[in-house]
Amino acid sequence: MSILDVVNPVEPFLRTDRMPHIWCPGCGIGTTVNCFARALIESKVDLQSIALVSGIGCTGRVAGYVKLDSFHTTHGRAIPFATGLKLANPKLNVVVYSGDGDLSAIGGNHLIHAARRNIDLKVICVNNLIYAMTGGQTAPTTPGHAITSTSPYGAFEPAFNLPHLVEAAGAVYVARWTTFHVRQLARSIQEAFQKKGFSFIEVISPCPTLYQRRNRLGDGLDTMKYYKEKSKVRHGAPTGEVGLTMTGEIVVGKFVDRDRPDYQELLRAQMVESLGERYVEPSENVCSCG
Amino acid sequence: MMEHIGYAAMTETPCVFVDVQRGGPSTGLPTLPAQADMMQARWGSHGDYEIIALCPNCPQECFDLTIRAFNFSEEFRVPVMLMMDEVVGHMTEKVVIPAADQIEVVPRRHTRKSIEDYLPYATNGDGVPEMAHAGEGYNFHVTGLTHDERGYPNMTPQTQDKLVRRLQSKILDAADRITLLDEEGLEDAEVVVISYGITSRVAQRAVELAREQGFRVGKLRLITCWPFPEKRIRELAAKTKAFVVPELNLGQMVREVERAAGGRARTFAIPHAGGSVHRPEDILRVIVEATR
Repeated sequence: MSILDVVNPVEPFLRTDRMPHIWCPGCGIGTTVNCFARALIESKVDLQSIALVSGIGCTGRVAGYVKLDSFHTTHGRAIPFATGLKLANPKLNVVVYSGDGDLSAIGGNHLIHAARRNIDLKVICVNNLIYAMTGGQTAPTTPGHAITSTSPYGAFEPAFNLPHLVEAAGAVYVARWTTFHVRQLARSIQEAFQKKGFSFIEVISPCPTLYQRRNRLGDGLDTMKYYKEKSKVRHGAPTGEVGLTMTGEIVVGKFVDRDRPDYQELLRAQMVESLGERYVEPSENVCSCG
Repeated sequence: MMEHIGYAAMTETPCVFVDVQRGGPSTGLPTLPAQADMMQARWGSHGDYEIIALCPNCPQECFDLTIRAFNFSEEFRVPVMLMMDEVVGHMTEKVVIPAADQIEVVPRRHTRKSIEDYLPYATNGDGVPEMAHAGEGYNFHVTGLTHDERGYPNMTPQTQDKLVRRLQSKILDAADRITLLDEEGLEDAEVVVISYGITSRVAQRAVELAREQGFRVGKLRLITCWPFPEKRIRELAAKTKAFVVPELNLGQMVREVERAAGGRARTFAIPHAGGSVHRPEDILRVIVEATR
């Protein structure tokens, strides 16, 4: 077989007519997309049932490269758009694929309330610890002492510990991996597809252009070495203890895997309790298109 | 919210916004009326785009125009603004709700094309593309970035020009059909009072008082405020001495009237900063002045 006949197994999941993509050499976002595609292959989810929603930012561009119904929305609002999709058509598997700045800063309120309501969404949060697309500004996830374009003398604000935040808010599945952990990440994404309710997977990912360079942390490959050496797998670790520092240990693993009724179950249960026999199941087709 | 009006215009998402206008800026006058969001409704987001805005002046119209607003939004795939004001928003009057089968519902422009043939932003002559729903296998992409017919980002000046001109022309080319007006006594009018929303109800009284005093006054109520009914204003400007425009702001729609009149008829503004409505006598005084 000639090399030209070899088809990359993730190719059918990508809009190859949109390549090359905009991500920098050494960036981890493409790696996460690869893991996502492999998880879809493995999990055998009906691709037609998947809708993918991104916000704005480098990770926000994922929606433009996957061959799915995909929505590139406004900054911070991927979760509200995704919530709308899920409510309009509960049969959809709705994935939110966005960055730390988008999901936890401008979109932070949507994040905690979607977790509290336990809306059936699979959230993949690529965390590169800064606002990358806009020039590397301090984000709510930037670790202490890190140099960014808006903290030239080092960041001093305490950072969000995202797994802790979403667990406290009510997420039923919480995991963290780095872009070094490709198999584990793909497996976590598969597991999220088995869960009903709010799942959250944080992926620590390098931004060699802005974060690593400004902090003299080397290039993409050096970051892979760092992830390899400093990551510690601790499944079930108390999320209060998994906060990140600039050069310290990265606790990875599946931290939370629990069950509680999701938004739609809660809604239905309350309606049945209040209305009894007068409750009418919503019709499947709410479209006026006939 | 303004960002999402722009997003809806760009992605051609049918939707309806209800703005019950209060006095501003900022927290301003909660639960007191104004009509000072008229330009914001038109120009709220950045960039060039058109929206449709409808102005009810009573509860029955709030009901009827809400349906109309959804129908326009589906027909043209555009955000539609229902521009009320605090008085109309809190008003209690009899409303006749027709049977469901008597209500005209414009269906969604759902595509009948096959997955292979479907291009999310291609149009069939009337400038409005067809929609698909998530989960049907079309694998379509939606973005607020400037996009081509496939829905893919394409940031060339050519694509921008084609897209933005279409967003504009799909509304402006259909302006006659979108324009809803309430006219009275315009045949022989020397002076035409142009108003909308709650102010039209005060203007109605002022027009009646002026007629009782022998003035030849007509009434033009804008039900559709955007796209601005400039064709009708131009026609009237050719045979009318003056327009009188009372509104609960310091001069918004009156500038559009002035622009459309193009100097052929004089324009008298009756500004009001909001918090209450005009008194009929305030409008009457300007009508009398305008006839001179």
